Amino acid sequence: MTQIKALVITGFGTNCEMEMSHACRRAGALSDVVHISDVLNGSTRLTDYHFLNLAGGFLDGDDLGSAQVESVRLKYARIQTSGRTLFEEIRDFIDRGMIILGVCNGFQALVKTGLLPGNPMGKRRVSLSFNDSAKFEDRWVRLAVDLQSPCIFTRGLDRLFLPVRHGEGKFVCDNNGTLEEINNGHLAALKYADESYAPTMEYPANPNGAVDAIAGICDATGRIFGLMPHPEAFNHPANHPAWTRLKELPKKGEGMAIFENAVEFLKGII
Amino acid sequence: MPYRIEVGLKPGLFDARGERSKKQILRAFPDLDKNIAVRCIDVYTVDGEDLEDTWIGDAFCDPVIQDIAVNTPLTREFTWYIEVGYKPGVTDNVGRSASYALHLITSRHYPVYSARAFLLLGDLSRSQAEKIAGDCLANSLIQYVRILDPQEILEVKPHISVVSLNHVPAVHEVSLDLDDQGLVKLSREKTLALNLEEMKAIASFIADPEVRRVRTQAGLGEKLTDVELECLAQTWSEHCKHKIFNAEIDYRENGRSERVSSLFKTYIQGATRDIRARAGEKDICVSVFTDNAGVIRFTDDHHLVFKVETHNSPSALDPYGGALTGIVGVNRDPFGTGIGAKLIFNTDVFCFADPAYAQDLPPKILHPVRIFEGVREGVEHGGNKSGIPTVNGCIVFDDRYLGKPLVYCGTAGIMPVEVAGVPSHKKDIRPGDLIVMSGGRIGKDGIHGATFSSEELHEESPTSAVQIGDPITQKKLTDFLLRARDLGLYRAITDNGAGGLSSSVGEMSQLSGGCLIELDKPLLKYPGLDPWEILLSEAQERMTLAVAPENIDAFLDLSVQMDVESTVIGTFTDSGYFQCTYDRKTVAYLPLDFLHGGVPRMRLSAKWEPNIEPDPRTPVPEDQNAKLEEILSRLNICSKEYVVRQYDHEVQGGSIVKPLVGQCADGPSDAAVVRPVLELSKGVVVSNGIVPRYSDIDTYHMTACALDEALRNYVCVGGDPDHWACLDNFCWCDPVRSERNPDGEHKLAQLVRANKALYDYAVAFSCPLISGKDSMKNDYIGPGIKISIPPTILVSVIGTIPEVEKAVTMDLKCAGDLVYLLGTTRKELGASEYFASYGIVGSSVPKVDAESARTRYRNLHQAICSSLISSAHDLSDGGLVVALAESAFAGGLGLEIDLNEVACEPGMNDTEILYSESQSRILVSVSPERAHEFESIFAGDARRIGRVIPEQRLIIRSQNNGKLIDRDIASLKRSWQAPLDF
Repeated sequence: MTQIKALVITGFGTNCEMEMSHACRRAGALSDVVHISDVLNGSTRLTDYHFLNLAGGFLDGDDLGSAQVESVRLKYARIQTSGRTLFEEIRDFIDRGMIILGVCNGFQALVKTGLLPGNPMGKRRVSLSFNDSAKFEDRWVRLAVDLQSPCIFTRGLDRLFLPVRHGEGKFVCDNNGTLEEINNGHLAALKYADESYAPTMEYPANPNGAVDAIAGICDATGRIFGLMPHPEAFNHPANHPAWTRLKELPKKGEGMAIFENAVEFLKGII
Repeated sequence: MPYRIEVGLKPGLFDARGERSKKQILRAFPDLDKNIAVRCIDVYTVDGEDLEDTWIGDAFCDPVIQDIAVNTPLTREFTWYIEVGYKPGVTDNVGRSASYALHLITSRHYPVYSARAFLLLGDLSRSQAEKIAGDCLANSLIQYVRILDPQEILEVKPHISVVSLNHVPAVHEVSLDLDDQGLVKLSREKTLALNLEEMKAIASFIADPEVRRVRTQAGLGEKLTDVELECLAQTWSEHCKHKIFNAEIDYRENGRSERVSSLFKTYIQGATRDIRARAGEKDICVSVFTDNAGVIRFTDDHHLVFKVETHNSPSALDPYGGALTGIVGVNRDPFGTGIGAKLIFNTDVFCFADPAYAQDLPPKILHPVRIFEGVREGVEHGGNKSGIPTVNGCIVFDDRYLGKPLVYCGTAGIMPVEVAGVPSHKKDIRPGDLIVMSGGRIGKDGIHGATFSSEELHEESPTSAVQIGDPITQKKLTDFLLRARDLGLYRAITDNGAGGLSSSVGEMSQLSGGCLIELDKPLLKYPGLDPWEILLSEAQERMTLAVAPENIDAFLDLSVQMDVESTVIGTFTDSGYFQCTYDRKTVAYLPLDFLHGGVPRMRLSAKWEPNIEPDPRTPVPEDQNAKLEEILSRLNICSKEYVVRQYDHEVQGGSIVKPLVGQCADGPSDAAVVRPVLELSKGVVVSNGIVPRYSDIDTYHMTACALDEALRNYVCVGGDPDHWACLDNFCWCDPVRSERNPDGEHKLAQLVRANKALYDYAVAFSCPLISGKDSMKNDYIGPGIKISIPPTILVSVIGTIPEVEKAVTMDLKCAGDLVYLLGTTRKELGASEYFASYGIVGSSVPKVDAESARTRYRNLHQAICSSLISSAHDLSDGGLVVALAESAFAGGLGLEIDLNEVACEPGMNDTEILYSESQSRILVSVSPERAHEFESIFAGDARRIGRVIPEQRLIIRSQNNGKLIDRDIASLKRSWQAPLDF
């Protein structure tokens, strides 16, 4: 059986690469953490991987808006050996049927590059704006999973409990048509939820004022998924903020399910 | 023609930043019309030509949410347009990123200058707008302000903040052939911060005929160059040489006198030496006091590295930049230890004046709320953007921090025991190795930081000492250097902090025996710097490395690939000299032994005269419930969640015990537990102790209590009391007697006593001191006013927990659990929060009984390892009743407590039992099935004082069995959360 190979890209301000890679390995993949300069100089090629991870962080300091400079890099910077852009490489990667997970800053990069929602690919139709609180906040949130979503990462899940850690996570669309398209296609795989796991606009359960409580979306194929909460930060049961109150510690962290689904899916197609 | 670009959110979208600015403005100006509107937009000035519209759009605008206007105003719907940008030479991170984005698009270099504009709409005069800008939006030290009306904005010109020095760099000779007065004047005028004796030592060095002969051979004159004099002043500064800690001190107390030869060697190094000798094979220290940070063992494969620093003076002038520089600066200490450590967490402790301070402010002092917010945000950006979790900390309030706030920033790292077959905690430099500077470029920023912070803050303090850190440049640098480390591409690394290259290369050159720095080699931010400025600049994000010649090509290639600037700036030698050249001419030639060993030892005298009022009769409140709520609302006790939430405390994925815990994740955790190696169950524990109020009675007990507080916090979460180490961080008011400082002898006596306690208690607890820092001039002198901080020590403890799954938190877990109090309660309310609430200091400062405490902490650890404990919470500010209330509302459960059961000194009344701050006490809850086993461990030291109840009430019965306190825990929690909910 082919070994599933995950690639976690880092550098220029990304900072969740180690735990992202750890989660990939725990889920059964081989995983490499690679600096983006190694992709740009051609020594690492996307064609050698099945699962691309864009981890959280502050790419280029988010100085011009979250992942704004990254969107410029993906569109303009050329790989030394091939002369192609990273965007073109990623598009080929997607066309080969492979999968992409973008968390927090990685999600911001996916939407700002127009890889999500991905219709048409490369057009920016949604964004992630400043939290309504205008504050960076670290807090755990409940997430309701859209059971009808094509998202391959949330298969078999109906809810999640994960931390958010961002200042720019408020999901917005360019117009109502886009929002309808997302909702009708069940692309919003994750929504911020209240205690009964119903989507909510109430702060702080919805930590940023996201439109329709949207916390994560996928493309129509379900293979590209971006979310503001951090599944890789719940890689161990004792990451839970109140784990000392549980009678018995679960076997693993809830966030692992996202990575296990990714590996399961790839096992089925490779 | 430069481009002036405005970017703002589309109309109809909620402008969160504008709303937050409005809130800040209304807080500072409560009388303003509440209906003003504030809109926040970004302004960029691009210096260059031939940019296509799509390029500008791709770089600067998010078309989903933003509108953009180029060379025309985005809108004229405002009363006042207030533009705030950086002055020339101040680090502009946003401008740097924008320039980088344009480079990605065009492959050309366009300088970009960023600014932010606040569009105010409302009935406001120009002078009101000016006041708002000055008091709320801008810091005139580092920022410019432009205020325009809707007509004026049509004529607005791009604002280019370029540094143009128009200065031809030169080296000047300085004559030291001066009388005493002249030497002192020279020291003051050049911000050398050297005293007369030190100036005389330098003068007699240069007057030595043999020195002059050698200098002539080297091509230098008979006078010192400014490069040499400035280099000596940096190296000899209090900040770098810790002269007070190494002084000969005559200490007098009660007519007795004793001679202390170096506080540092006697008490700090001495404690660690004695502890290590006793520990033998169980010694956990790996590298102490020799490097930028202390190193202890973690596992067979990993060491832990830890350092805490302060950044007080810069934070007083520019809280945001000062604190940001503080945190990214201390990151470089563990990173620059041995051959470099990966950074795993930050801790932060701040000391501020009351944010609601309502009196007039002395000149140059910013309002405490601006200090608070600026420091908070600086540390937020520094920590979060670096991807290092901020896992622990606290905030202390006292109005004596008005003149200088204290900003303690700490960072821990982890390093493999060996890297490429070489021990990671050592540095090895050989003659012929190249001196390489990596990271940021050099500018005028931060010049004289080391000497400036060795003085009190005064009205003429140099503003060039203020700078702004750049976490992303540093992140790129650390990514690159960790990879270079693992490839074995360099031999030694150290950071450029205080004193810049003069310190970093000066210290490293001791390992090879000399150096030659070519001062025209380092990359500069702009031309026109004098050689001495290049040597001294404290421009941030730079590391200095020793690279073997055979590795230099590979090192520089990797540096280019990872977009980091590295330059060879000289060679390590064994000449015995610290030599610098500029334009191939020697401009500095100082013997290493004079540079590092020539500073004359200070002789100081200290006199201890305790000035204490006996305790008055303890006030007893009429309404105990109301008093408890008042105490919970005190600044030193109330919730700090507002700050904690804005710090990422779980990046890197190893968070186990977070700073906020309990049912709703809002209870105050005692200490942090993290798992830096995700494959292992072994964790790292970190905690802090700080109690400056006790200095008002005796710094000896203040220090003992700070150490005990850190240790008991540590054991409460499950830290192993046989694998711990600590750092001491002294922040003092000037302890050297002078005309300006008549009570210097008393302050020095306070310092001596603090050191004695540190020795006594570190040894008694077998907790080695592994590194530390001192900041000795935390005074403010203004016209007719002097403000000195209370002598303050922060003790930071680091250690391990064998299995993180055993960790314990402070929140009550289960109704029916039994509640125990470990330790004895004494009538110790001197300098307590309770006394302070009545304006009383008193004399009964808490004292630490280390022997019984150590046994208790070991027993607690045994109980935790045997999973016998449901919750553990330390008793500190506010005593027993505060710990009870916090444990209850964090757990969402009630308590029924009987004061008759508390083990206390005879004769204490109920109020004294509630609020005494006796040390080494811990509140524990235990399930009834485990009670027997638990009690057998403690052999009488654990007294059962009550039980956890399902009703949401805190019920405390008095000694005569009446209900002393009966309060809804939700109400207690509200009182505790209200004060700092900005």
